[in-house]
Amino acid sequence: MSNIQPAVVVHDLHKDFILPQHKDTSLKQTVVNITRKNGKTTQRVLDGINFEVGKGDFFGIVGRNGSGKSTLLKILAGVYSPSAGTVHLNGTLTPFIELGVGFNPELSGRDNVFLNGALLGFNRKEMQAMYQEVVDFAELGPFMDQKLKNYSSGMQVRLAFSIAIKARNEILIFDEVLAVGDEAFQRKCLDVFERYKAEGQTVILVTHDMETVRKFCNRAMLVSEGKIVEIGDPRSVANKYSQLNQDAIDVEVAGNTQTHDTYLSAKTFNQDLKAKNSFAVGEKMIVDIGWKGLTADRIESIGVNIFKQSGEHITGINTRFSRHASGWKEKGQIAIEFQLDITPGTYRLLVEAFQKEGQVVDALLKGPQFSVIKSDIQWSGLVNLPHSWHEK
Amino acid sequence: MRYLNKRNRAILREMVSTDFKVRYQGSALGYLWSVLKPLFLFAILYFVLTAVFGIGKSIPHYPVYLLLGVVAWNFFTEATVVGASSVVSHGDLIRKISIPRYLVVIASSVSALINLALSLLVVVILALFNGLRPEVGWLMVPVIFLELFVFAVAIAFILSAAYVKYRDVSYIWEIILQAGFYASAILFPLQKVSPEGQKWFFLNPIVQMIQDIRYFGATHESVTLWSKFHGLYMLYPFVVILMVSCIAWVYFKKQSKFFAENI
Repeated sequence: MSNIQPAVVVHDLHKDFILPQHKDTSLKQTVVNITRKNGKTTQRVLDGINFEVGKGDFFGIVGRNGSGKSTLLKILAGVYSPSAGTVHLNGTLTPFIELGVGFNPELSGRDNVFLNGALLGFNRKEMQAMYQEVVDFAELGPFMDQKLKNYSSGMQVRLAFSIAIKARNEILIFDEVLAVGDEAFQRKCLDVFERYKAEGQTVILVTHDMETVRKFCNRAMLVSEGKIVEIGDPRSVANKYSQLNQDAIDVEVAGNTQTHDTYLSAKTFNQDLKAKNSFAVGEKMIVDIGWKGLTADRIESIGVNIFKQSGEHITGINTRFSRHASGWKEKGQIAIEFQLDITPGTYRLLVEAFQKEGQVVDALLKGPQFSVIKSDIQWSGLVNLPHSWHEK
Repeated sequence: MRYLNKRNRAILREMVSTDFKVRYQGSALGYLWSVLKPLFLFAILYFVLTAVFGIGKSIPHYPVYLLLGVVAWNFFTEATVVGASSVVSHGDLIRKISIPRYLVVIASSVSALINLALSLLVVVILALFNGLRPEVGWLMVPVIFLELFVFAVAIAFILSAAYVKYRDVSYIWEIILQAGFYASAILFPLQKVSPEGQKWFFLNPIVQMIQDIRYFGATHESVTLWSKFHGLYMLYPFVVILMVSCIAWVYFKKQSKFFAENI
């Protein structure tokens, strides 16, 4: 970290994309466009980025979608060329914008190792030397002479990943590699990161996962609208990023007033009764449920369900279950308070009104969505059940 | 050399061998097709031209003469057509990794070159059957093919860069190749054209190459540039190739920076 020569020096980087209103993909259009001047818009994606990555740094780049971080990464990788500014690299750089670049389904696993290796900068002899290690790590020994198209997607990812971690260069860039693959694969990734960190490998990591940033990065940078918002301590960068996300979601909520004519309505608030759609793990969420036009003799109970975006039913609570008897009027409001000890993610509320016979009178199917964001409270699984430890 | 360093050689090698391995996937005869295809094509052409139209009786070793022209033209067509689409068809690589962009064009040309070598093998066998015997002049054939290779690669560079922006390029080039096929006197001997007309043919730089290949490979009766023109005129095809190469170099270099975002 205290090396004199940084691994990467980025100086005043700018990138503009010129977007024609309609992309000229035929000569005729171009001819037409020359005579009838077509408006072109210039989109500034990066606007003066300056930073350095030291040798041995584990450097995190975070930002919301469209912040310019992918463009920055592609410029570092040499895929895009900057409109202005410079990137100076001390050492060879291998980017993993995607694992298994150039994989050909018609080739055998073995041939693909050499093909992918060549694209990452290793010739046949060098790949030969690490071939056995790659195969062992991927645990694909018996399948190497089969065509890649006969591999399962999990096997393909395993092979690609083994090549990626064996074919090392001085500077490595990873773009959202953790987003692919199952949990076991992600754990394997994290193990490798752990090792890189211990070995002082220079790594640049682009990710949405603040936990990874907090855990591995010794420096991080938050990019928003093509500019650096914060750079330095990964913890404060991660916090700032979560803040940025929360703000954005709240803005969406404010602009998203419900205009359906069902009898039921629901809105989410935080503890301070501020309308909110994003909560930290463990935070209290208050759901205000309103109804009108439900005749008192017909309505017997009201139920609230929480579904995960992926469909899992987290909980279903009913005023009848809770033995909460309300004097049901034609019009009214009721509030329910949850402690959100549930895993981070996006959730949807389903609110229902029931008749005495248990039939649904009305249901708010498209109930409000809310998201739960990581906090310091940690556990694994979907729900953090109320619990306590006792010494014996 | 910067352009053919260790890394680039490795990429080139893997790309060419991938191309070759994938090409005849799923066919029972496999690689044999790269020899069988020109052989059958030639058999058909020879039958139609000699038996039906009676062309070529006046030319010694006409089968070899004809086949050399066909093989050279096919090489030029393959190198430029496949080369033209090479950048776009390798879009996934170009968008994700910073390999030198010219490598994908070179790789496609080298693949065409390997096919050419296999086709030439057929030609040599046929030439021996036809009564030709190996001679020193044959050594000139690869040299002139090299000239054709340079010309084809230069054109492939221009086309491939233009194709990223304008998909019309492939259609236009197909039409030009159609016309070029007849303007290159592949099927009919150039002798059949009036002496004044022959000169016009040499405006097409490929005619010089094909006629020279035929001169050294089949028969000295092949009409060559140097039998029709003298002095500086003889440099004409080389000047054209040089100019096209320069344009290709500058244009490709300029455009290749933006391939990743334009594909």
